[in-house]
Amino acid sequence: MKFPRSAKAAACAFAAAALVAGCSSSGTPTASASNEKVTLTFWSWVPNMQKIVNVWNASHPDIQIKFTEAAGGDAELSKLLTAGKAKDMPDIAQIEYQSLPTMVSNNYLADISKYDDNLQSDYPAGLWSQVTVGTSALYGVPQDAAPLAFFYRKDIFKKYNLAVPTTWAQYATEAAQLHKDDPSIYMGDTVGTDAGLFAGLTQQAGAQWWSASGSSWSVGIDSAASQKVASYWGNLVQSGAIDSQTAWTAAWDKSFSSGEYASWISAVWAPGDLSSSAANTSGDWAMAELPQWTAGQHVSGAWGGSATSVTSDSQHPQQAAEFIAWLNHSTQGTSLLVSDGSIYPASLTAESSSSLPAQTFMAQSDFYTLAKQYSSQVVAATWGPDVPVAYSKFSDAFASTVKTASGYLAGLTALQTAVVADMKANGFTVSGS
Amino acid sequence: MTTVTSVHEPAASLSGTRRARPRDRWNPAPRRTPYTFIAAAVLLFVAVYVVPLGYTVYLSTQKTQVSGRGLGPGARQQVSAGFSNYATVFGDGEFWQSVLRAVIYGCILIPIMLGLATLFALILDSQRVRFQRFGRLAIFLPYAVPTLIGSMIWGMMYLPGFSPINSTLHALFGMQGINFFGQRIVFLSVANIGVWGGTGFNMMVLYTALRSLPQEVYEAARLDGANERKIALRIKLPMIRPAVIMTAIFSTIATLQVFNEPYAMHQIAYGGVSTSWTPLMTVYQDTYTANNVYLGAAESIVIAVMMFVLSAAVLRITNRQIFGGEAR
Repeated sequence: MKFPRSAKAAACAFAAAALVAGCSSSGTPTASASNEKVTLTFWSWVPNMQKIVNVWNASHPDIQIKFTEAAGGDAELSKLLTAGKAKDMPDIAQIEYQSLPTMVSNNYLADISKYDDNLQSDYPAGLWSQVTVGTSALYGVPQDAAPLAFFYRKDIFKKYNLAVPTTWAQYATEAAQLHKDDPSIYMGDTVGTDAGLFAGLTQQAGAQWWSASGSSWSVGIDSAASQKVASYWGNLVQSGAIDSQTAWTAAWDKSFSSGEYASWISAVWAPGDLSSSAANTSGDWAMAELPQWTAGQHVSGAWGGSATSVTSDSQHPQQAAEFIAWLNHSTQGTSLLVSDGSIYPASLTAESSSSLPAQTFMAQSDFYTLAKQYSSQVVAATWGPDVPVAYSKFSDAFASTVKTASGYLAGLTALQTAVVADMKANGFTVSGS
Repeated sequence: MTTVTSVHEPAASLSGTRRARPRDRWNPAPRRTPYTFIAAAVLLFVAVYVVPLGYTVYLSTQKTQVSGRGLGPGARQQVSAGFSNYATVFGDGEFWQSVLRAVIYGCILIPIMLGLATLFALILDSQRVRFQRFGRLAIFLPYAVPTLIGSMIWGMMYLPGFSPINSTLHALFGMQGINFFGQRIVFLSVANIGVWGGTGFNMMVLYTALRSLPQEVYEAARLDGANERKIALRIKLPMIRPAVIMTAIFSTIATLQVFNEPYAMHQIAYGGVSTSWTPLMTVYQDTYTANNVYLGAAESIVIAVMMFVLSAAVLRITNRQIFGGEAR
């Protein structure tokens, strides 16, 4: 899941150690008896997670979960990397898929294959490959899937007589037309703020930012597929057809609530986000398939999505794995995640369950059917061991560059150079650069 | 043999005690007392200063070595790097650009902030001003606001489409909005927060120095026909010069360490402020985001050395100034 960056503005990484000061370390490190009472610490940023944890705690007196709310994906990852150095990580942590290789590469995650491998059949193969990181170990259980989709304002589309774009060419034409018809309205904003969104869009276009073969990595950030996406958005923003403001700011939220934006390219977690940033537009939104590069195709990318993992600092990996299986796999856990945490579950059983609550914000009856369909269309991705570097360099490269096609292409090249340099500095073998 | 030593020993100890006796009389406490007194300070100094510094120096000579694909246990090891991290720092254009940005920021911030602080202190100290207490409090208050919170408030005021500054300019003069996060103007935007937050503190220091000046000097000046403005410029200002110089040293040191204001700006809008905008932001980025604590340690040491040299130079120059001023 993804939440506004403004919410995690506070520089709190230094507090990491303090937060886990109350961490349990009772009992012996190896094979503690299952009837022994343990307290496990847990970091996550799923809304209302405390409520969900309370349900578990009430029925499991021997495995008590002490929950600490994290600000968001990037903020929590920084804290985990810092706490890991001090051997002070929580027992259990929510980790975005793209950050799993970084954590594994630092040896900060426990292999829970002997406890939770039996859950494999309940998850899409693409997500399961994320939590194994291409190895025989298991570094977490998938929690939510986050396929990209096209979210649009039904009322605005009707008023300006727009059809839901099925291809990117159509999106560009309609964006120009809409802004010409009413200069106070944009089809949407550019994709130069959030690396996760841009990576997802290039994933749809066929880019593989990282790939591994043997013991070496190759970096394909500045590939032809990425360049296609970069010049497409560079041209659109240069022509003025879409807005160029920085995303995840208060002003950006206002553009949604005031109806300045007619659509948002986002992932299936978008309703949860819009319901807080643009609550007044409830019922006006609809979800459609992400526009395609080639008409008739049905491929998508992903933006975020997380697994729940046990850290290598945990003294009780077995009990932690038990909680994770309950949270992300059991009917009780997943339905709580959907109803209270407003996430789209990764578990196939939960996806096809009839108990999924209606999407109240979207007022779209087939929301989960569509979400399931888009989820199956996501192109498999391999994430590299230094995604945090790539994502932060992305914001530098794309924010400082001129908002034109050539500017975006230059940003892409700078990003590729920075990521390769960082991997080499850390002693990785990088080929094809 | 034994008899020889037994003869000599008492003599030696006797002469020893005799020699020690006068000192004992004047200084009756055992010699270890002074060490006991300073032990606490030394222990603290070693524990919170020398040990972390030594550890940072140690870390700066290490690096990670990845074997294979770098996934799984034992794939990442800490190995000695010699001085290669320092070579990276010295060859890193981005790092030196961040140093340059801090210097530009300081060149904008320090003259404006200290100028305003001096002006306000002189105004508050002059006898004709009303609402002195209110004025003091109002100017000092921003200093009491944590910089991170102050920066976020300012950041909101800078945000395009949200900014009350821009909407006022638009309503009054029909002006287009100012992009406060533009590549150049962002220096002013960040320095403005520093001025807002720092003026009050420096004003307090200067005001206190002004209040401690003897009143007879003013009286003498008035008898000689000096007006308030002349007293301020020719009497008060030269007399508080040491305080002005002290605030200048503190501000110079703070400039190279600037972090909170630009970091908050970066979080609010990525546009003008990159992740490595100031030296400390570069350290933060490399240590916590890029997870390369070794490079971060080397950068910290380089910054510390620069600060030490800078502070020593400023102190040397100003010492001469202060004593030169008193001699005249």
